[in-house]
Amino acid sequence: MAPLIVAVMPIGLVFGAVAAGKGLSGAEVTLMSALVFAGGSQFVAMDIWTHPASWAALAFSALLVNVRHVLMSASLGAKLQGFSGPAKYAAMLLLADEIWAMAEMRAKEGRLTPAWFAGLAVPFYIVWVTTSLAGALLGAFLGDPKVTGLDFAFPAVFIVLVMSFWKGRETGAVLAASAAAAVLTHQLLPGVWYIAAGAAAGVAVALLTGRHQEASA
Amino acid sequence: MTVDPHTLLAIVAMAIATVATRIGGLVLIRFVTIGETHRRALEAIPPAVLMAVIAPTALVTGPAETIATVVTALVAMRLPLLAAVAAGVVTVAILRMALGA
Repeated sequence: MAPLIVAVMPIGLVFGAVAAGKGLSGAEVTLMSALVFAGGSQFVAMDIWTHPASWAALAFSALLVNVRHVLMSASLGAKLQGFSGPAKYAAMLLLADEIWAMAEMRAKEGRLTPAWFAGLAVPFYIVWVTTSLAGALLGAFLGDPKVTGLDFAFPAVFIVLVMSFWKGRETGAVLAASAAAAVLTHQLLPGVWYIAAGAAAGVAVALLTGRHQEASA
Repeated sequence: MTVDPHTLLAIVAMAIATVATRIGGLVLIRFVTIGETHRRALEAIPPAVLMAVIAPTALVTGPAETIATVVTALVAMRLPLLAAVAAGVVTVAILRMALGA
């Protein structure tokens, strides 16, 4: 689990640096990492950040980006036999992609205990929050993110994440539909409706191709 | 080190939405079994959202951003996340300078 924690450090630093570039204070960056603790949605939030912040748009986009947690906690929830009721909920509050993957692996190989889960999730959480703050403090010295290209760090993280969701041609169809709907909506409507439009188009295509597969199977 | 009230409200709203997704699965498995159609729809949402977020930057912002998007995706096929992100950031910085954008 050490490599996992080393890997999250630079991502936390980048998040903090660009969040500071968007005008968030160190305290605000730390609060967001501590309370939200979901990198993907925090990156999206920075992409659509406005002054003053629009809580409804930000909460809605966080919900969309993090809805995968529902599947993860449903899957992992069935494997938490050694956990008391409250411990199950406490553990799921620290759910993240990487932690979920490690915990699923552990459940397959041996016993998933509360101590093992805490030993993984708590250091991961602490490192995420502290590196975010460090990045925010250092970010002030990095200068204009447009010149250093650091404003592209967020889209770049998303591009890599999109690639990690790739499961074949079906994913390609979902992505193409989402991109087309998002660009079109982005040109026509103000605000962050383009994200919801892209999500809706992607889901529609996923359901359509799924039905097609079932029909031809 | 100040906290703007609008920012605080936004952070709390994001936190509530995220907590709902984290414990949502635990609550869900007590009441329903997730079928194939639900699973398919839920699985499509994250990549579709991420794609939607990057699409305007990747496709209609300018040649520097579009080329950097392709470079990032290609590097990501072989190298870990940070290398791909670094490649994208360096590419966009150089191209913006070269193209005067």
